[in-house]
Amino acid sequence: MAIIAVENLHKRYGRTVAVDDVSFAVEEGEIFGILGPNGAGKTTTVESITGLRRPDRGSITVLGLDPQRDRAELRQRVGVQLQQSRLQEKITVSEALALYSSYYQHPADWRELLDGLGLADQRNTRYGKLSGGQQQRLSIALALVGSPTVAVLDELTTGLDPQARRDTWDLIEQVRASGVTIVLVTHFMDEAERLCDRLALIDSGRVAALDTPAGLIARAGREQRVRFTPSTPLDDALLTDLDEVTSVRRGGGQVIVTGTGDLLHALTSVLARNRIVAHDLRIEHASLDDAFVALTGRSHH
Amino acid sequence: MSTLMRTTLVEARLFLREPTAAILGVLSPTLILLALGAIPTLREPSEEYDGARFVELWAPSALVLGIGVIALQHIPGVLATYREHGVLRRLSTTPVHPVKLLLAQLLVGLAACVVAGALVVVTAWLVLDVPLPRHPWTFLAAFGVGFGAVLALGTLIAAVAPSSRVAGGLATLVYMVVMFAGGVFLPRFLMPDALVRMGDYTPPGVQGLLTAWSDHPGVLATVGAQSGSTRLVQLAIMAGVAIVAGAAAAKLFRWE
Repeated sequence: MAIIAVENLHKRYGRTVAVDDVSFAVEEGEIFGILGPNGAGKTTTVESITGLRRPDRGSITVLGLDPQRDRAELRQRVGVQLQQSRLQEKITVSEALALYSSYYQHPADWRELLDGLGLADQRNTRYGKLSGGQQQRLSIALALVGSPTVAVLDELTTGLDPQARRDTWDLIEQVRASGVTIVLVTHFMDEAERLCDRLALIDSGRVAALDTPAGLIARAGREQRVRFTPSTPLDDALLTDLDEVTSVRRGGGQVIVTGTGDLLHALTSVLARNRIVAHDLRIEHASLDDAFVALTGRSHH
Repeated sequence: MSTLMRTTLVEARLFLREPTAAILGVLSPTLILLALGAIPTLREPSEEYDGARFVELWAPSALVLGIGVIALQHIPGVLATYREHGVLRRLSTTPVHPVKLLLAQLLVGLAACVVAGALVVVTAWLVLDVPLPRHPWTFLAAFGVGFGAVLALGTLIAAVAPSSRVAGGLATLVYMVVMFAGGVFLPRFLMPDALVRMGDYTPPGVQGLLTAWSDHPGVLATVGAQSGSTRLVQLAIMAGVAIVAGAAAAKLFRWE
């Protein structure tokens, strides 16, 4: 049975439709990504899952519970990390963790969380004095302090530096390894590609696609790009004659070839026959970014 | 330790980390009373008040000043900031009930009020020779329900105000009324009779405090002696305001 089941969710604020028609199911133990541009309805969707918003239409069950009717039970078992929510400026890290753990029937050991999240040295630091990355880690710790079955994490790494982002990703993988099902809201393609088992791509309040990251990329087309610097001048026709090649461009002293199938093999064979060496050869596969553009018809920024 | 206890302890620590609230609310009534007491004419018996002394008459108003700051400036300000910064939104995803947060604020406020009150009473007694409350139980009851009512009003504002600006505006309005009725701006014996009578029934009920504190005939003549039943009606009104405002705060509490 699905841990989270969302069916035909619809929510509007005044005349603005935030979520038009969203359905998906999250399986036990997976990292499920909700991906989409700003304003696509991601946050409203997770707020409905966590019972913070009452949907206008549609049904939601989380762990077999109704987020509106069974709020108390749901809050014991679902940990939430929200975007744009701060703590009291002068509360210390250990005070916050001890306080939040007192809200739950079966809390985790918050001292272990403190060590696990690399906050042990900051235990007596006030929230307002923490760096952005430390505040984010504390926020994740608070989402986990109740030993939740499901953790919902909204815009996990927004505002973090590259190192802090990678550390946070490692952390999320550890959390999943401990058996927690994770719903991850993000607008970062690299984050989704790295962490998520499956993704719902939400655009204009609807699910545009639902698949694994690799599946989404494949849907965007199997086109590959190869770029290299030829050792001697090269006639384009030599390449365009190949079945695998769809186009040849030149730029920055390099030849850029796009194509499908076993493009690299066909290319290197023809170059070898003509005694041309390909320097600085790079292969570029379609990324989730490309998939996003292909599936929504626009850039996500 | 229960959630309420722990929340209250954390909020108490946070209160002590805000020196302005602690100093203005807890220490200022005593400091102002001492400053006024340093003026000879204000600490000596005066014909104007039938032989009573100004400091004796004004001491409860000093309390109103400090407690007003705690109940109507500090508490609504803190909760409105929590709401704006998403502290409440974050809490709303946990199993904790909002009433516990309100109660914790109320308890911290009450504790600060008790400290402020004890400081005023003891300092007035030691330094200005104002006798300790003559009717201590009545004084405690008047103090409890009177300032409980002001605290509950402050908590109600905190519970419903959508932003710290609205909270500040509402709280200042109520603050002015409470200060005025409490004789902080204008000593009560200089106010028109109708206003004074209104003030008797407006939280925190300065008349009840004063007549429980002092037996001096001059004081009683100046503020008007109270019959036992009037006193009970006043106490009941304050308790009613405290309960209604407190219940409304719990009922209408908004996370965002």
